[in-house]
Amino acid sequence: MTERPERSCRGDGSAKPVAIDVAAIVTSAVASRGHNLVTRPTGQAVREAIEQRLAQTTPSPARTAPFPAQTAPSPHVMLIDFTRVRILDFSCADEVVAKLLLRFQGPDRPGNIFFLFRAVDEMHRHAVEEVLERHGLAAVCDVGDGFQLLGPATPEEHRAWNTLERCERIGPHDLAGALGEFGEPLLRRLARRRLAYWSGNGGAAALSALARTLQTNQGGRQ
Amino acid sequence: MRVVEIPSSLDYRNVDAVFAEATAGGAEPVLFDARRLRWIDPNGMLSLLCAGQVASANGAAARLSLPAGGDVVGYLDRMGFPDAAAQVFHASPRRAGRTPSRASDVLLEITSVATNSDVHEVVDRVQSRAGAILSRTLHYPAAAVVQFSVILSEVCQNIVEHAEGPGWVAAQRYNWTRRLGRQVLVIGVSDVGRGFRESLAEEHAERFGDRWGDVTALEAAFLMGLTRFPDTGRGQGIQQIRKQVARWQGLVSIRSGTARIADSPAWHPSPPVVDGLPGFPGAQINIVLPERIDD
Repeated sequence: MTERPERSCRGDGSAKPVAIDVAAIVTSAVASRGHNLVTRPTGQAVREAIEQRLAQTTPSPARTAPFPAQTAPSPHVMLIDFTRVRILDFSCADEVVAKLLLRFQGPDRPGNIFFLFRAVDEMHRHAVEEVLERHGLAAVCDVGDGFQLLGPATPEEHRAWNTLERCERIGPHDLAGALGEFGEPLLRRLARRRLAYWSGNGGAAALSALARTLQTNQGGRQ
Repeated sequence: MRVVEIPSSLDYRNVDAVFAEATAGGAEPVLFDARRLRWIDPNGMLSLLCAGQVASANGAAARLSLPAGGDVVGYLDRMGFPDAAAQVFHASPRRAGRTPSRASDVLLEITSVATNSDVHEVVDRVQSRAGAILSRTLHYPAAAVVQFSVILSEVCQNIVEHAEGPGWVAAQRYNWTRRLGRQVLVIGVSDVGRGFRESLAEEHAERFGDRWGDVTALEAAFLMGLTRFPDTGRGQGIQQIRKQVARWQGLVSIRSGTARIADSPAWHPSPPVVDGLPGFPGAQINIVLPERIDD
């Protein structure tokens, strides 16, 4: 495997999440000279390589749980990094973004893994938004100036997601103050869509913050 | 031997007549007489190849005569037509001295597409030349080369996934001084596979009932994004090509069976659907991207 794991911890609580370099996978999977992610079989091969990588990544529940009271299987956050991918066509966006999300959405998902996407700037953004729209999915994407929510979502979902992203975490006692009386159902809905983390103690965490927490914990045991 | 006269000018507007004549006969040998040819575009070249391949498939020996000289010979050479024709026609056409195409208006020489590796090869190969033509000549923004590459990828994948047979792609810049007063980029994609009606039939014909035919199949793919795959993620390619070409105020048309469907811009008024054309067994996709003119 040629993925580029980023496991550095800055020690200030802003460590980077574990990343998978999609361009490196393209190079190894199809020997494309230009890091061009095109054609359906290529996208499928890259998605399968990512899933294989994820299957090998099993976080320790005791060491990575972001909330002490949590008893559910520990979450893991993976950043799918398109930074070095030049061309991303719709077939590949469908496989590497939409189908990957779908695989980890349902109750039969192979792991409790959340996804962030990086470098979905204007060059890739259009393809990603189109495939998300087609499947009714949303995703958390770094479009160059921080994480954004892409794909179909209601205005209430957007508002709740933006608030959570700004606060990073919202504890059970702060929910109503931060989001009003519908805060809890909204965050639960975002969590069901795998766009936020709902903890066992009634609090919520933004995926970007969760990624930093998990990485800090992983860095601490290295 | 049956002789099919090729007109002096051959492009997407008159290839139907040539194709009808070429495919009308049986197993009799056919000569495609293109000695009067003076001008041809990518669609014209790919149509000649398709016509030759269909004639050969009928059991006939297909031959091709090209002009003895003139600009068109050099152009055909730069586009790699002799190499492609040698794979189709019984006697390989005469080759002029090969002229490097890097400095010309050729964006993509005639390239055979049969596998996904071919699609990668096409996308990898056009990057530098596409950037130059799109930004300097058509005055598109720098990011257009990415969008153009996506279009190219999707049209080529259409051959691999739906034609179930080989095809070709080619692209060339032209100065349409008289026709439009602008530079254009013409992209032609052709195959002699099974066409849209047959490709979609198993999955969709039943629910369309008596209305099922070439027009309905093209409308299903072009307007509704239907494919032969039940996967909801499929069928985005043509839809996205239409959207992007419309943003650039371009023309996109698909010809398959006896029908053609098109998104026509204001500079090229034409009916959105035409039926009753001579039968074409595969599919032809024609895209014309005009030079950008600020309002």
